[in-house]
Amino acid sequence: MSAGTFTPSPGAAPLARQVRAQALMETRLMLRNGEQLLVAIVIPVMALVGGVIAGRRGGIELDGRAVDVLTPGVLALAVMSTAFTSLAIATGFERRYGLIKRLGASPLPRHGLLLGKLGAILVVHVVQGVVLVPVALALGWRPGGGAVGVLAALLAVLVGAAAFSSLGLLMAGTLRAEATLAAANLVYLLLLVGGAVVLPRASYGAAGEVLAVLPSAALGDAMRAALIDGRVAVVPLLILVAWAVAGAAAVSRSFRWE
Amino acid sequence: MRYGDLVAVDHLDLRVEAGTITAVLGPNGAGKTTTLETCEGYRRPQGGTVRVLGLDPVRDRRALLPRIGVMLQAGGAWSGVRAEEMLRHVAALHADPLPVGLLVERLGLAECGRTPFRRLSGGQQQRLGLATALVGRPELLFVDEPTAGMDPAIRRTTWELLEELRADGVTTVLTTHYLEEAERLADHVHVIDRGRLIASGTPYELTRAGGATTVRLVVTKPFPPHAPASLQTALGPATEVTTINAQSLLITGPADASTLAKVSAWCEQHGVLPEALTLGQRTLEDVFLQLTGRVLTEPTPSGTAG
Repeated sequence: MSAGTFTPSPGAAPLARQVRAQALMETRLMLRNGEQLLVAIVIPVMALVGGVIAGRRGGIELDGRAVDVLTPGVLALAVMSTAFTSLAIATGFERRYGLIKRLGASPLPRHGLLLGKLGAILVVHVVQGVVLVPVALALGWRPGGGAVGVLAALLAVLVGAAAFSSLGLLMAGTLRAEATLAAANLVYLLLLVGGAVVLPRASYGAAGEVLAVLPSAALGDAMRAALIDGRVAVVPLLILVAWAVAGAAAVSRSFRWE
Repeated sequence: MRYGDLVAVDHLDLRVEAGTITAVLGPNGAGKTTTLETCEGYRRPQGGTVRVLGLDPVRDRRALLPRIGVMLQAGGAWSGVRAEEMLRHVAALHADPLPVGLLVERLGLAECGRTPFRRLSGGQQQRLGLATALVGRPELLFVDEPTAGMDPAIRRTTWELLEELRADGVTTVLTTHYLEEAERLADHVHVIDRGRLIASGTPYELTRAGGATTVRLVVTKPFPPHAPASLQTALGPATEVTTINAQSLLITGPADASTLAKVSAWCEQHGVLPEALTLGQRTLEDVFLQLTGRVLTEPTPSGTAG
């Protein structure tokens, strides 16, 4: 058959190229969306600036300088914003608009889609860090823990992103888009206020012990251990791993394409 | 390699020949979309065998997907994505995609500009859906209600495109409830109703089998009771009388002077006043009516799940 315009020549692109395309596309869409930017960047910046001002005026009691205690928690909050809330809402509407179903018929395999999403989350984390770290430094942040602390924090970000993204996908894959939108924001607010993510567990009195099992508290604890004491906090990391594994198992059972 | 595909939905066997356009025709809810989604591997059949390009759509999904192009009935994009951006993305998932600019031009997607997907018109979303189904240069194309929501001029452009694809060796399976679409495009039509195959053949075979001509009778007030039966008796076994609705009938058989005379006599005898008496060739619409006793319902503008 002579070659016409549409003569078949089917085939999948190499997986790495597909994942890269997917990650870049999702990043672009996330950064273009005003609500997503609000959750990813504006709210963490406000939490940091507001917390530091409140600390200076004696509004909150912290064990150390407010900016040093709060910055690791705000970075943890930023992970939660993107990996949980943004991902859940975006994925909920992807299901609603048939995008997940459409990609399900494309050469992109399911693990390629997940890698793409993880890639997009990590790129947004970098953008968040680029904004939040200079703001914290301008407010007088002096990170403790040195290079070990930075590496421990990066490890906590990775494990935390895995835990929160599996929970975000669990929500997006089972609820309707509107319900996901409401629930993802509500859970985010509850964890922001009562989840020991920005404020250390010590600030919650007796409840602090119980809060330790929450993924928000675990990520906050791990970030504070890393960036205040330069320590790898094993127990919080294991708690995050447990959430990630449980969430992923539930997602693989319950996620619906449509 | 075998191109023939065997598709089963509730005891129904469909086979699709390579390099042809096959239409799955039926009313809303007939099982058209289910049939397509079973071929695409979205649904696991409870019984029977499905082979697409010789592969099992569920078990061999990863091998099959790069070779097929899928157009969903609706949606299939990010709500905030721009048309060309979406098309570029799907192109990037394939090894040897068509030039994006070519499809943008052929399907008139440039007019979508920077508008996000959720604000595109139904017809624009359909055209983007077709473009994303084509961009990977598939061997086999599944299109679900491809022209629902398109205006007539764009529908004709889309038909020309599908004919060009066939000329270039692409096999197309489409669902439709537009009879005109099936008659114009399809090499082979499978008429399905309530999940069962009720007729199968080329448009010519289907419309010319048995009586080729029709007489359509429309009257001013509803027919008397037992009207079709008494008219059938009056006309004899060479014709077939089917009720369209309370005030119209379809008579299939020789549309000659003798038939017309009998119809007139019957009208006089039963005191009904004809409003219109039309002679014509049998259409797929008539075939569906004869087979099911029902008319193919008019499509809703947005198209509904089939």
